[in-house]
Amino acid sequence: MKRYELIVIGAGPAGLSAAIEGAKAGMRVAVFDENARPGGQLFKQIHKFFGSKEHKAKIRGFRIGEMLLKEAEEAGVNVQLNATVLGIFPEKRITVRFADHVEQFSGDNIIVATGAAENMVLFDGWTRPGVIGAGAAQTLMNLHGVQPGRNILMVGSGNVGLVVSYQLLQAGCKVAALIDAAPRVGGYGVHAAKVARYGVPFYMRHTILRAEGKDQVEGAVIAEVDDKFQPIPGTEKHLDVDTICLAVGLSPMSQVLRMSGCEIDDTPGGLVPKTDAYGETTIPGLFAAGDVAGIEEASSAMIGGRIAGLAAAHRAGYLDDAAFEAQAETARASLTQLRQGMFARENRGRTDLTETEEGYALSQNLLARGYVTEEELKAFPAASEKRGGVHPVIECTQNIPCNPCQDACKFGCIMVGRQITSIPQIDHEKKCTGCGMCVASCSGQAIFLVDDDYDETRAAITMAYEFLPYPEKGQKGTALSRAGQPVCEAEVLSLRRSAATDGTALLTIAVPKEFSMQARAFAFDGGVD
Amino acid sequence: MRIEQHPILGTYDKGPLVEFTMDGKAMTGYEGEPIAAALRAAGILQHRRTRKTGEARGVFCAIGRCTDCVMVVDGVPNIRTCITPLRAGMKIQTQYGVGPKEDAE
Amino acid sequence: MDKLMDRSADIGPFVPLPDDDMIVCRCEEITKGEIRRAVHDGFRSLTEIKRVLRNGMGLCQGQTCSRLVRSIVARELGVKPADLPMTTARAPARPVEMQVYAKEVR
Repeated sequence: MKRYELIVIGAGPAGLSAAIEGAKAGMRVAVFDENARPGGQLFKQIHKFFGSKEHKAKIRGFRIGEMLLKEAEEAGVNVQLNATVLGIFPEKRITVRFADHVEQFSGDNIIVATGAAENMVLFDGWTRPGVIGAGAAQTLMNLHGVQPGRNILMVGSGNVGLVVSYQLLQAGCKVAALIDAAPRVGGYGVHAAKVARYGVPFYMRHTILRAEGKDQVEGAVIAEVDDKFQPIPGTEKHLDVDTICLAVGLSPMSQVLRMSGCEIDDTPGGLVPKTDAYGETTIPGLFAAGDVAGIEEASSAMIGGRIAGLAAAHRAGYLDDAAFEAQAETARASLTQLRQGMFARENRGRTDLTETEEGYALSQNLLARGYVTEEELKAFPAASEKRGGVHPVIECTQNIPCNPCQDACKFGCIMVGRQITSIPQIDHEKKCTGCGMCVASCSGQAIFLVDDDYDETRAAITMAYEFLPYPEKGQKGTALSRAGQPVCEAEVLSLRRSAATDGTALLTIAVPKEFSMQARAFAFDGGVD
Repeated sequence: MRIEQHPILGTYDKGPLVEFTMDGKAMTGYEGEPIAAALRAAGILQHRRTRKTGEARGVFCAIGRCTDCVMVVDGVPNIRTCITPLRAGMKIQTQYGVGPKEDAE
Repeated sequence: MDKLMDRSADIGPFVPLPDDDMIVCRCEEITKGEIRRAVHDGFRSLTEIKRVLRNGMGLCQGQTCSRLVRSIVARELGVKPADLPMTTARAPARPVEMQVYAKEVR
C-alpha cells in the first residue's frame, strides 16, 4: 500500500490550498479529485470576489482558480484526477477508484476537502427536465457556453441565487423572477441590487407550488406564504418560464468523514465534523477544510485549507512550533477579517439588526425587494452627499467584508478603515478626478460616479457595465432606476474598457440633472434580455 | 442556446464540430464538451424515462452527482452525460429504465 | 427504550395528503406518501425506512434526498429533524461497478 505524508481529498479551493502549504513545507502530498478538472467550483465563478487584497478581492473566481493551480504546480503538488475516494477506513486508509480499478492508500495525515452538495426543495414537478440546480446553470453557461434556458425562475435569494441570476443575465437569458420563502433577501445586498436594477422582480415570502408541463418545464406557479411558510390560497401567480433554477442552500458533503468515525456535529447547516481551530477532527491527523467543515465563501475555504495544511505539516515535523504558529496566526487573522459583519456566522439568520455598525438605518427595501430606495440612501453619507463636479456615490449599505475601493482611489477619496466590513466613507477634501477606478474595483458594483455639472441640463453617470452588446458613444437608450424601471432617456457618452478591470466596462451616460440620483443602470430597450 | 460571445469570458474554447446521433437522428456538437451540453444546445432536455413511472428526466446537477442525466451511450447504459465528453460518431439513446428502448419493450 | 423507537407510541392515523404522490427520492422513485406510510407501518428510524423502501440507495446514494426524507419523517413523528439519527455512512461513497470495486491493484 502506498503511503503519503499527506493525502488531500478534493482539489477545490480548500484542498488545493491545503496541498500547497503541505508541499511547500516539504511533505510528500497526494491529492485525489473525482472530477476531470481541478479547481472544484471555482472555474464557474465569473464574478469578482469580496474581501481585501490578501483575499484576492476584486479578482474573478475563475482567475483565482488559475492562480491557485499555478501555485500548486510551482509547489510540486500533483493532483490525480478522475480519482474518486470511496471511503476512509481505520488507520487513515482510503480507497480510491480509478477508471477501471480501485487502490488503497494510507496517509499519515488526511485533509478532507470534499466541498458541498446543493440542497433541494420539494414541489410538484421538481423532477421534471428543466428544473435544475443553480450550479448546473453555472456549469452550462460559464463552462460550456450553453444557456441553461431562455426564461428562468430563480428560487433562492442567498448569494448563490443572486450571483447566478446576474450571470444568467450576462449569458443573455431572461430571469422572470427571483423568489424566496424567507421574508428577507439572504445574500449580500449589493448582489441583489445588481439583479434588481436590470428589472428582475423579487418575490420574497413566495414559494414555488409547481412546475408546469408534462415532460419538461413549460411554466411555474408561485404563491405567497404565511408566517408558517404555508401557501396563501388566492395568491397563485403563473410565470411563463422554461427553466426553474434552485438555489436553496448547500450542505457539507461529509460522507467520507462520517464513515471515518470522527465525531460529527448535527447542525442546522448540515453534518459537520467537530474540529479544533486548525481543522483537525477528533481523529488525530484527520482534518477537514472548506465547505465540508461548514458552508462559507470560497475565500474562507482557501484560508481554511491553508491552515489545515500548515497544521498537518507541523504535526509531521516539517514546521517547528514557532514557524507554524506565526504562519497559522497570519492566516487566522485573515480569516477573522472575512468572518465579521452582518453576514458573519454568529449573525446568520438574525432578523433583529436594524442598523449598520456605524448606526445607519439598514434598508428594509433591500431586504424585501432587492434594492435600496433613494430615501433610504439618505442615511448613508457616501451614497447621498451631493456636490459640484464629478464625485463617487457609494451605495454600499451593509457591513460586508470588502475594501478594494479604498485602495482603488489613488487620491485617497475613499476610506474603509482597518475593519474591512465598515461602510466606505468619502473624504470630500480630496479631489476626485473621475478616473473611475473605484467604480471598476467594486465587486458589488455599488459605486457610481456622478457629475451634476456635465453640461447645462444634464448630469453624467458612470457605472460598471458587464453585458453585451456594448453601448457605443452617441447611442440613445433608457436609464433604469435601482428597481429596474425606466427613468428617462440616456445618451451614451463613453464606454471604457481596459485589461485592468477584467471585463468590467465603465459606461458613462448623460441624463437630465434631476435624475442624477435615480439613474443607476442602462438598457437599450428598457430592459436587458 | 449557444452563447457566441460572453461579456466576461469572451469566446469559449471548443473542439471541432462533430456529428453524433440522438435516438437515430443526426446532430452536431463540439467534441469534448459534455454530451448534455450538446443536447441542451440542440434544445433537448429529456434524457431518460424512469423505470417505475416512466416520467421524463434530464440534467439536474450537471456535475455528475445526481445521475439524473444518464443515457445509453454507444450501447452502454447509465452514462452520466453531464460529465462525459462528446466524441465524433457517438450513438446516444434515451434511456428507458436501465437500458435502451428495445430492452424496455 | 428510545422514545422514538417505541412502536407502541401513538402517532395518530395515516392521513392521506394531496402531495403524497410527489417523488422524494429521485433515483429510486420513492414518494412522500410511501415514506409517510412506512412511518405509520412502524418503521421509525431513517435506517429502517431506507432498508424497507430503498430511498437513498440509488445511483446518487442519497445525496439529494436524505435531508428531505429526514424532515418528512420528523414531521410525521412530531419531532425535530435533528432528533432523528442519520443513516450510517458507508463505503462506497459513490456508485461503483462491482467489476471495478473487485479489482484492487496493490
